[in-house]
Amino acid sequence: MAAIVEHTHGRVEHDPRPVEYTVKDDSLKIFGFWLFLATDMILFATLFATFVVLRTHVATGPSGHQLFDVQGFIEETFILLTSSFTGGMSTFFMRRGSVRGTVGWLLVTAVLGASFVTLEITEFLHYVSIGATMQTSAFLSAFFTLVGTHGAHVSLGIVWMLAIVIQLFRYGITPATARRVFIVNLYWHFLDVVWVFIFTVVYLTGVMM
Amino acid sequence: MPISHLSHWGLLVTGDPLLYGADASIILASVGIVFVLTYFKKWKWLWREWLTTVDHKRIGIMYLIAAVLMLFRAGTDALMMRTQLALPNQHFLGPEHYDQIFTTHGTIMIFFMAMPFIFALMNIAVPLQIGARDVAFPYLNAISFWLFFFGAMLLNLSFVIGGSPDAGWTSYAPLAGLHFDPGPGENFYLLSLQITGIGSIATGINFLATIFKMRAPGMTLMKMPLFTWSIVATNILIIFAFPALAVALALLLIDRIAGAHFFTIHAGGLPMMYINMFWIWGHPEVYIVLLPAFGVFSEVVATFSRKTIFGYKAMVSSMLVISVVSYFVWAHHFFTMGGGVSVNSFFAVASMLIGIPTGVKVFNWMFTMYRGRIRMKMPMLWTIAFIPCFVLGGASGMMLAVAPVDYQFHNSYFLVAHFHEMLIGGVVFGMFAALYYWWPKVFGFILDEKWGRWAFWFWNIGFYVCFEPQYALGLMGMQRRMYTYPSGMGWTALNFISTIGAFLMGIGFLVMAGGIVYSIFKGERDLTGDPWDGRTLEWSLPSPAPHYNFAVIPTITDRDQWWTLKEQGKQDTLRPRPEDIQPIHMPKNSAKPFLIGVAFFAAGFGFVFNWYVLAAAGLFCIVILLLVRSFEYHSDYHIPVDEVVHTETALGRL
Repeated sequence: MAAIVEHTHGRVEHDPRPVEYTVKDDSLKIFGFWLFLATDMILFATLFATFVVLRTHVATGPSGHQLFDVQGFIEETFILLTSSFTGGMSTFFMRRGSVRGTVGWLLVTAVLGASFVTLEITEFLHYVSIGATMQTSAFLSAFFTLVGTHGAHVSLGIVWMLAIVIQLFRYGITPATARRVFIVNLYWHFLDVVWVFIFTVVYLTGVMM
Repeated sequence: MPISHLSHWGLLVTGDPLLYGADASIILASVGIVFVLTYFKKWKWLWREWLTTVDHKRIGIMYLIAAVLMLFRAGTDALMMRTQLALPNQHFLGPEHYDQIFTTHGTIMIFFMAMPFIFALMNIAVPLQIGARDVAFPYLNAISFWLFFFGAMLLNLSFVIGGSPDAGWTSYAPLAGLHFDPGPGENFYLLSLQITGIGSIATGINFLATIFKMRAPGMTLMKMPLFTWSIVATNILIIFAFPALAVALALLLIDRIAGAHFFTIHAGGLPMMYINMFWIWGHPEVYIVLLPAFGVFSEVVATFSRKTIFGYKAMVSSMLVISVVSYFVWAHHFFTMGGGVSVNSFFAVASMLIGIPTGVKVFNWMFTMYRGRIRMKMPMLWTIAFIPCFVLGGASGMMLAVAPVDYQFHNSYFLVAHFHEMLIGGVVFGMFAALYYWWPKVFGFILDEKWGRWAFWFWNIGFYVCFEPQYALGLMGMQRRMYTYPSGMGWTALNFISTIGAFLMGIGFLVMAGGIVYSIFKGERDLTGDPWDGRTLEWSLPSPAPHYNFAVIPTITDRDQWWTLKEQGKQDTLRPRPEDIQPIHMPKNSAKPFLIGVAFFAAGFGFVFNWYVLAAAGLFCIVILLLVRSFEYHSDYHIPVDEVVHTETALGRL
């Protein structure tokens, strides 16, 4: 953003605002990211609508009730919800100016995210191995696309977090790095909320139907 | 074109002399451009000043050039169709070729003509109107442009490599599915729109952040110029509608390249779902391109009537009402789906409701003119031409909104006439008004009035001659997308008249282009920066504006700030005082947005032909470029006070 004349590189002392909001350029980017999340929400809403319409269109393939393994998706859910908490911890330490705390909790979050993705890939591979593929039925097309889009988001988030970890080591906690930590956590919490809906609409409703 | 038509030695489409002509002209034009750039040693200039720029004014100019070029290409498509339909039983175009041409005509006009035109206007006018030095995210703005540009390239490439899409601009499943439409044409459509759509979403985010967070001090929301308000409404529509299109296109692509069953007719697929998803985006899209035109008319009417706009608050609220209601009308595009009485009634009533805020706006423009001191300059002429045209198109829209009657009109030439009347009479006339209005601000000279008037009359007469007969043809049973018709239907005379009108508009376009060329050399230079005696902030700046726009950010007290200051004789308050000038923080140019565009193009091309190595390489490059950007901490610089003082002195403002 161009209109900022009072741009400073260090944090202003006694500024009551959180560190990521102290430079106008950074707070503007946070606002922009909220707008992006709104568009991503519409994207997922459209995928959810598709899934809800097609969930009973199982053709000759299996239904969710036959397919879903309760223990598997409960594990995924607990891991991802925990990672949202650990992501929150990284913001907490970022606000206190602790590079070690921020980096540590970000790494924990990324590891939890990676185990979530591993479980999801294992789940997908299992379905494919028993012949339940994207090409089997409209229901499975919608299932793999919705859940897979979420998984792709999580995977991208992990790469992004690791990039921010390197930057934290290099520059410490400044308004610019703090903004990055804050935004990646916004993204992560958003994905968690989406997962809550996937858990409810896809898996829970699926096994009950 | 089916894959069997591809020559065995490559991907070039062969077999039609028209296509060989196109191949030759593309090669000649490319060689010509390379030669001119090399001969005049302009490569470095092109790269430094344009391809890597993040300046909203230059990005606006690039959008504008692209939009006009695409208007030419898709307009040529239109003339070819009208030539084919001028008389019954013609063989100028075969059925397959005709299908491709109406598909690319519609697709290009909406995505690669109307959209870049409104993005051009946003970029050119909004930061200047709100007293900002650039948009919120200039780097992202450049990415948006290059995604649009390479999306457009991808679609245009289909013409000579692989074959054009041919399932209509709406690309309905299951016709557009792999089973009925093999070959890369549809993939070109899906991927080029996906790429340009990502850019559009980013633009929506960018301008909302700009307008909400970067207005000059004192400019409250209700003191914003109406054009800026129209851009708020448009961008709200963009960010909430375009993701639905992205999903619809992605799912159809997954169907085509991965064999999924979203929209197939077996294994549980549901083709109507594609049509619903497409129009959930598609109807808001109508208002995405129309609302900025409304904003332009509001600016032009007030300026050229020398009056404050009548009913400012009603204008703002009607735009916001339109933007909300436009989400609840999508099913009127397919009343014949069989949604039942309650569904059709809901969408019929909602469609008619939207006429109310639109009517409010038309009345307000007329009340603004009432007892104004009207000057018939080019922007005002186009605005005045818009009103009857739009009212007529609106009336036929009301007829189409009546669900039971729509069963008769559906997909007939009545519909074709209606939406061309809205999109040409509404959007294109609005864009032309804006072109003549803001041209001096962008380029520093005024477009010639005499050439402009000739173009205006060719366009206007041509428009009515072309499209009014089509209402009658529709009622006589002629369906859209027919590539020919037998004689003895009673359609011949009307079709012939319609074709004459289309060519009159084509002449209008050429005269308009001639006027631009003439004005480059002989046009009146705009030395004041305020050629129209304008009302809003952009007219307080020199033409063209310096690259930082405002040496000192103004403080706003009034809706028509510049006009009020002129009335009070206090124009000088908007001139910078040397003691107020501080170093100006600006973003640096960057090559990455262009490279991201190239990477998207490579990925898209790979997916079109199922070359997954190329597609993966493209996607990998995108991720790498994004990561490189994430590690960039010095993407900005400060213009020193001396340089600003020097520039302002040279402009005679200090």
